[in-house]
Amino acid sequence: MSTLRRILKRKSALLSLIFIALITLAAIFAPLIAPFSPNEQFKDGLTLQGAPISPSGTYLFGTDLLGRDLLSRLIYGARTSLIVGIIANGVAVLLGTTVGITSGYLKGRIGSIMMRFTDLMMAFPALLLAITLAAIFSPSLLIVALVIAMVNWVQIARVIYTQAISISEREFVIASRGLGATNQRVLLKHILPHLLPTVLVYATLGIATTVLLEATLSFLGVGVRPPTPSWGNIIFENQTYFITAPWLVFTPGAAIILLALSFNLLGDALRDELDPTQRGLS
Amino acid sequence: MLRYISTRITQALLILLGVSFITFLLLYILPADPAVQIAGRSATSETVASIRAQLGLDQPLFVQYFNYMTNLLQGDFGRSYLQKSEVATLIWSRLGPSLSLMFFAIAIELLIGLMAGIIAAMNRGKALDKTLMVLSFVAVSAPQFIVSILILYIFAVKLGWFPIGGYGDPIHYVLPALTLGLLGSGWYSRVMRSSMLDVLRQDYIRTARAKGAPLTRIIRVHAFKNAILPIIAMIGLDIGIFMGGIVVVESVFGWPGIGQLAWQAIQRVDIPIIMGVTLVSAIAIVLGNLIADLIAPFVDPRIKFR
Repeated sequence: MSTLRRILKRKSALLSLIFIALITLAAIFAPLIAPFSPNEQFKDGLTLQGAPISPSGTYLFGTDLLGRDLLSRLIYGARTSLIVGIIANGVAVLLGTTVGITSGYLKGRIGSIMMRFTDLMMAFPALLLAITLAAIFSPSLLIVALVIAMVNWVQIARVIYTQAISISEREFVIASRGLGATNQRVLLKHILPHLLPTVLVYATLGIATTVLLEATLSFLGVGVRPPTPSWGNIIFENQTYFITAPWLVFTPGAAIILLALSFNLLGDALRDELDPTQRGLS
Repeated sequence: MLRYISTRITQALLILLGVSFITFLLLYILPADPAVQIAGRSATSETVASIRAQLGLDQPLFVQYFNYMTNLLQGDFGRSYLQKSEVATLIWSRLGPSLSLMFFAIAIELLIGLMAGIIAAMNRGKALDKTLMVLSFVAVSAPQFIVSILILYIFAVKLGWFPIGGYGDPIHYVLPALTLGLLGSGWYSRVMRSSMLDVLRQDYIRTARAKGAPLTRIIRVHAFKNAILPIIAMIGLDIGIFMGGIVVVESVFGWPGIGQLAWQAIQRVDIPIIMGVTLVSAIAIVLGNLIADLIAPFVDPRIKFR
């Protein structure tokens, strides 16, 4: 509880948390909040020349190239970002923690094989790999999330591995093994709880990475496919208008940066508070 | 020392072998059939079958991989399915623009990142430090494509100072290198700041201060050389992030490098090119880390050859 209070005392972390909460609420209650349906093409949504309408009374954030309300698409797009973020990062954290903790605890041959494999994955250009995979499997929301998870779990595995090694050499672990505890019990009851703060930090920081990757994939046209709105594919669809209608590119752009920034700042604050050795260092 | 160097090189080669196998495997299990693509939609099944046989696609996985590796070791990356030319030639012709862009981008990110990190460390806890660190987080949180478009919009469209895209003159380098450099500087400034603070806590710094040396001299003479050490390892890791970044930045700025080549190949499922670029990127990443590993003990005598 006191940790939470200390984190909330930081202005940047508090603002981040508020922003994340607002976006989450907007995503959950999208049908209630959004002024229009995100996919409806309005007859008065385009100028007589067929260009998007700039921000005005009816369409607060303007309309896009098909005459749809940008604000409504942004609100529904928040759903995409958060759903992909949570699934992708959930899978990455689960996989990374499992691989890291087991190879750190078991050491020996299995441990070193698993870690050599993460070395291998580190040598892949992550974004290139994600783009290739996403382009090849015609993407649904789930596939995009899984592709992102495939390239993101490696770093978590590395961090958890290093910590698991040092914890598994502590006396309480040796003692409980001496008392005849099974590997499974030692891992779940004695080692995992010590790693939870780290897992929490990386779960938060990881969402930032995930949101960015999803946006980048969607911007390249291999992520979430239109008409399902995502902040990345709104930019992808409207990029040809970026000179005459820059708000179509820069409002979703600002949303992506702010959401990623919020998760990064919050994760950083968590790391400072949960890991005293890092305090003030990063 | 020789043992240290040979172990590292062996590890690097093993990793490359693994990367080549996984890339091969990934593209082998793909749903897309290259033979159908080459033959075109109206081709008969016999034509497709003969193209499959010609490309060796009808052979078992390990035979195909073995053939691929034999060719690869002779510098033969195969032929592009759609561009009708050697992948090695294509990549080679695109390597120059990408490497020169990378060089300028790394120079910019080091310049901005190290300066910001040192200034923040010297003003620890003050408003300047906090502002710089929030800015560094903005750099980390901003995706390349948005920053590319934003920089293009401000400096090329609105101000008209630079061309919108293209390649050839030195002026074309400014915007793409600035985009990559600005974004990359975020991590460098954070690492430099924490490494600097770490060094400033050491006894020899306290001694130097007690002797009355001015702070700028302490930073320049005593602290900088030690604080820069983690940065060397970072440049090695950075190459991986960079190889992904150029796919986006090169396609926004129309830069004729391997990023653009990869992006065009991905859209057409031109597998030999995708594999070639992935392998070249992996080689760059492994080489970057290897060089960082090999340099480290020379720059920092505390790291022993292991």
